[in-house]
Amino acid sequence: MSTGNAYEALNDAAGDARWAYGTGFADPLAGVDTRLPDGVDGADLGAYCLMLGDDALVMSHRLQEWVTRAPELEEEVALANVALDLLGQARLLLARAGQADGSGRGEDDLAFHREPHEFRGVLLAEAENGDFAHTMARLLVFSTWRLALLDRLRASRDPVLAAVAGKGVNEVAYHRDYAAGWVVRLGDGTALSRERMAAGLAAVWPLTGELFAAHEVETRLVAAGVAVDPAGLREEFGAVLRQVLAAATLDAPPLPVPGAAAGRSGEHTGALRDLLAELQGVARGLPEATW
Amino acid sequence: MTGSSWPLYEVFVRSKRGLNHVHVGSLHAADDETALRHARDLYTRRNEGVSIWVVRSAHITASSPQEKDPFFAPSGDKVYRHPTFYAIPDDVPHM
Repeated sequence: MSTGNAYEALNDAAGDARWAYGTGFADPLAGVDTRLPDGVDGADLGAYCLMLGDDALVMSHRLQEWVTRAPELEEEVALANVALDLLGQARLLLARAGQADGSGRGEDDLAFHREPHEFRGVLLAEAENGDFAHTMARLLVFSTWRLALLDRLRASRDPVLAAVAGKGVNEVAYHRDYAAGWVVRLGDGTALSRERMAAGLAAVWPLTGELFAAHEVETRLVAAGVAVDPAGLREEFGAVLRQVLAAATLDAPPLPVPGAAAGRSGEHTGALRDLLAELQGVARGLPEATW
Repeated sequence: MTGSSWPLYEVFVRSKRGLNHVHVGSLHAADDETALRHARDLYTRRNEGVSIWVVRSAHITASSPQEKDPFFAPSGDKVYRHPTFYAIPDDVPHM
């Protein structure tokens, strides 16, 4: 900022910069080319955006369930912030999905007017919350995996996915850090907190195999340079988990064996049906409502 | 929600355009590190901050309201402590 007057620089009244607090918000898609990249199948890209978007949407909803129920007010806001970050990612991804697959469905159409079998998120996201330690175990696993994924997705040939990933990396890095802090604190805490942390981890671990299984859509898009191969995330995931669990003085389970891509194929548990009943209830009950 | 057993912390945030840290509020946290995390989550949600300080409230020594007059009234009539005899250029705001 070069002006002839030092006071002008301090008193810059241009735009919203005159506000001392809360300025400089950036649109993550500003200047991003939203056309489909050459040689990429729109239906596949749409399906892939649904996968990553549904992971975020459903995980966000599970975290929102803690609002008014968290052990401390400060933790409640922290969990709500994480949920809002993921909701923001979901909105961009669902909007891209409806655009890429040519259906013209908006983010709300996709969030509120699909049936459970049309959702493409992983089962890890939809499972019940359990207690706080269980939720922290799930958040650590989810954000470690998602951070590894988004980090690689920044190099995607789809400029929108690359931009969403670029925005998401900083967010999810904080989520992982937050969850890891609690896993260490509870694991290396009292006998009771340790027992609950170990139980939460044991409950979550069977759901991790699916995270490293590639659906056929992902396999095709990996070849096209658009998607990230989930199998390639396994080593980094294992290394991070081992490090956190060692600090938490908890036993690290063996690396998950890649399982079937159940959620990616629309095969879900009753937990998702119940979750969607709440998530979609208002939008379906009051179809003319706006907010 | 029951009363928190965690100690109270005071939070100071330096905004992007601010030159110093400003007191913005308080929070409960289990330790210094979580206090910093909580401060980030509670007080920089609207893109306000570039730096955060947290300090245990118990570590702050404050002037008491009863001492207000002896502390501050004596400076109330010493107008000569302001440099009012300088001419202020027209383009200098906020003086």
